[in-house]
Amino acid sequence: MSSTFDKVADIIAETCDIPRESIKPESHAINDLEIDSLDFLDIAFAIDKTFGIKLPLEQWTQEVNDGKATTDQYFVLKNLSEQIDKLVAAKGA
Amino acid sequence: MQLEYFQMIDRVVEIDVDARRIRAVCSVPQQSTIFAGHFPTYPLMPGVLLIECMAQTTGWLVSVLGGFAAMPFLVGVKDAKFRSPVFPGNVLEFEGHVQHEGSGYAVGQCTGRHDGKVVCEAHVTYRIMPYPTPQFRQVLLDWAEQIDIAVKEFAK
Repeated sequence: MSSTFDKVADIIAETCDIPRESIKPESHAINDLEIDSLDFLDIAFAIDKTFGIKLPLEQWTQEVNDGKATTDQYFVLKNLSEQIDKLVAAKGA
Repeated sequence: MQLEYFQMIDRVVEIDVDARRIRAVCSVPQQSTIFAGHFPTYPLMPGVLLIECMAQTTGWLVSVLGGFAAMPFLVGVKDAKFRSPVFPGNVLEFEGHVQHEGSGYAVGQCTGRHDGKVVCEAHVTYRIMPYPTPQFRQVLLDWAEQIDIAVKEFAK
């Protein structure tokens, strides 16, 4: 079974036409992979569908804008994968 | 349908909230300045305006599902296909479906038909954002009522 990161990386590679091998757990979706907010909607849609969750993008954006969180916490892919795992676990709880 | 004012939908004939589906009717006008250029001697409904019809149809459904609390702005169109020409006087029926309501966005699909035959289809994506002004929200609520959306039932 592939890890959450592998699934996310596959989604990003396919959605944004980014070489899969260049997508690392440490990659920042915005700063390193240069994914813009519009393309990230497609990624969010694919993640939501794949994992049966609803990424709280509005909440994350608000937290970043308010200075309560950094983009690293949500858009570095290993962190994003952890967030997804938490959402999946919460759904099953 | 008033093409020059981008009022594409004449009336909404069905909204099924549980099924996340909407049906709307649009009559292509016999006369429009649009047809002076598209095309001289051969008036034809532009494909970009069929996209607008589909975007508005499913967009109204997104508004209804969200209780008119925010505005769906069209940000993406995928796999748009125009299967048959549409002419002045044609009465079109659009059927929209919301496939997914995400956080701050929605993804849907719409199909347009003439006499039961599919003339166009597309996948549409919206970013859902606050209304720019309260006045703008009221304009849209008034507009929704004009096209037979039961605003009082759906608006939060």
